[in-house]
Amino acid sequence: MNRWPRLRAALAYALLLAFTLLFVAPVLFMLVGSLKPDDLVLAEAGTMRAFFPDTISLGNYRAVFERVPFGLYLASSLIINGLIVGLGLLVNAFAGYALARLRWWGREAMLALVLAVLVIPFEAIAIPLFYQLSWIGWRDDWLVQAIPFVANPLAIFLFYSFFLGLPRELEEAARVDGASVLRTFFAIVVPNAKPAFASVAIVLFLFHWGMYLWPLLMTTSEAVRPLPLGIANFHTLPPLQWGDIMAFGVLMVLPVLILFVVFQRWFVRGVASTGVKG
Amino acid sequence: MAEVEFEQVRKAFGGHTVIPALDLQVRDGELLVLLGPSGCGKSTLLRLLAGLEVASGGEIRIGGRAVDGLGPRERNIAMVFQNYALYPHKTVRGNLEFPLRMRGMRRGERDRRVAEAARALGLDAVLDKRPAELSGGQRQRVAMGRAIVREPDVFLMDEPLSNLDARLRVQIRAEIGALQRRIGVTTLYVTHDQVEAMTLGDRVAVMRDGVIQQIGPPAALYEHPANLFVAGFLGSPAMNLFEPAFEQREGARWMQLGGNWSRLPEGVPKQSRFAGLRPEAFGAGNAEGAHAITLRGEVHAVELLGHERIVYLRTEGRMVEPVPGGIGTSDGLLAARLTDGPAPSLGETLTLRANAGNIHWFDAEGTAVEAE
Repeated sequence: MNRWPRLRAALAYALLLAFTLLFVAPVLFMLVGSLKPDDLVLAEAGTMRAFFPDTISLGNYRAVFERVPFGLYLASSLIINGLIVGLGLLVNAFAGYALARLRWWGREAMLALVLAVLVIPFEAIAIPLFYQLSWIGWRDDWLVQAIPFVANPLAIFLFYSFFLGLPRELEEAARVDGASVLRTFFAIVVPNAKPAFASVAIVLFLFHWGMYLWPLLMTTSEAVRPLPLGIANFHTLPPLQWGDIMAFGVLMVLPVLILFVVFQRWFVRGVASTGVKG
Repeated sequence: MAEVEFEQVRKAFGGHTVIPALDLQVRDGELLVLLGPSGCGKSTLLRLLAGLEVASGGEIRIGGRAVDGLGPRERNIAMVFQNYALYPHKTVRGNLEFPLRMRGMRRGERDRRVAEAARALGLDAVLDKRPAELSGGQRQRVAMGRAIVREPDVFLMDEPLSNLDARLRVQIRAEIGALQRRIGVTTLYVTHDQVEAMTLGDRVAVMRDGVIQQIGPPAALYEHPANLFVAGFLGSPAMNLFEPAFEQREGARWMQLGGNWSRLPEGVPKQSRFAGLRPEAFGAGNAEGAHAITLRGEVHAVELLGHERIVYLRTEGRMVEPVPGGIGTSDGLLAARLTDGPAPSLGETLTLRANAGNIHWFDAEGTAVEAE
């Protein structure tokens, strides 16, 4: 009697495990590859050795720092993303709040516009934007890689729907208590919208950490180039060493992973609450 | 402290007029209750005074000063919200302190005021807790505290008791009344609960569709309702309102009520169309004599309330009730509050008597007409 449900559960878990392995495999391949001698990465790619190495070395990691200015790329990436996230939280929260709470002419049209802009892929406007900025002579620094991405329609929408769900009376009470609109926003709204700020921070960071096309268009000096251009740099540096590229990849993923683990609690809550109220 | 004046105040949302043109004076130190069904504009009136809404016309004055162009922070008012609107991320102390901080008050004075308010409201023990850790009654008190620390010119209270259970509501209602009398700040109190209005208000303004139907001390409104709406709105159970048939014979005026013809005394106004009788106007034994009217009905339900019982009768004849925009037919049940006699049984036919002098008369428009 009892055997059939158990068998079914076992089958279900086997299936789940198979799919998990399928999706985790590339990440595992990268991690293992980064720890293997360079010549073995491709040689063992088709075998189980790709996932279970017999020798482990940190040589590839040393090579990453010796062959390319990894620290420089990392610094650029952190600065660019720090600007995007920091300014993005402020600008998008203001925009979301104005849409959700303030009364102004054209508010509804603006909301519709924000939603419409959501569907425009960046690649579609990258070239016109490139010409526009080149024309005013602005290129090849950190700011030009960050400023175009500060205002983000998805972030505005996340803030907008979260603010809509906050009880309006809190803000009215603050106004009656003597707070200005700006003061009300910072003293009352922001502390009660931490989940929204956390989700937007993560969304903005994730979107732009791997950005490649725009930095490629806008930068020429190594000093301001972010990590994704750094990893591409390997292809121009013979000999092509896959182990080094894997190690670079691991180092590039690490900050994102740390950020996600630290903010995971808020992120999940933020998504849950914006989901319910939006 | 200040008096509050509304002069020809109008408010429309889009094309929808909520308050057509309202005049109202609230005296210095008075507790005025705005009473009315939901959607009658009473909360809107409060929000206009708070500066949370902008009037579409007219003038509002606090202490003689026109406040129409001023934001909420410049009006020196304090407001207690229906859901309290306590700041969830701040402690009780932080909540009480917030309005004082916003006015740039010094630390020492702030602490003194907060301690004073906390003592007055019994909040000393919870000063360092957050709103989520408090009971409903405590939250309500914090909301009150946040209003009184400011020492404002006017208190605004928007249904402050509606989130409390019945027992706590009675207790806090009494506390609010005592507090208001002690500090004597002009207070506007919005409610749809007539018991709150009757027990708390120095005066009560009954509102409907953005128009004040009647304003006066609670007893005056109860005893002399200005129109059918006020008559039907105040009192529980509500006043029984009839549209009786009239007849002139034997040199007197007769009225048919609940199946019986009764002779009316002199002085009943000619233009009378509707008659109203409070449930307590009936008795099994009282009102004998020339001015007695009697009516019969079948007992439909009996509510035992201990010292009294409320008997609902189904009677002949037309009963009415005021509805938004006019007068409608009610379900035809007459309510009588009886304190003596044996408890009637369901289905029994009961004869009730009342003194014709206790009848409230209203004309065809529903306006009260006094006996001549």
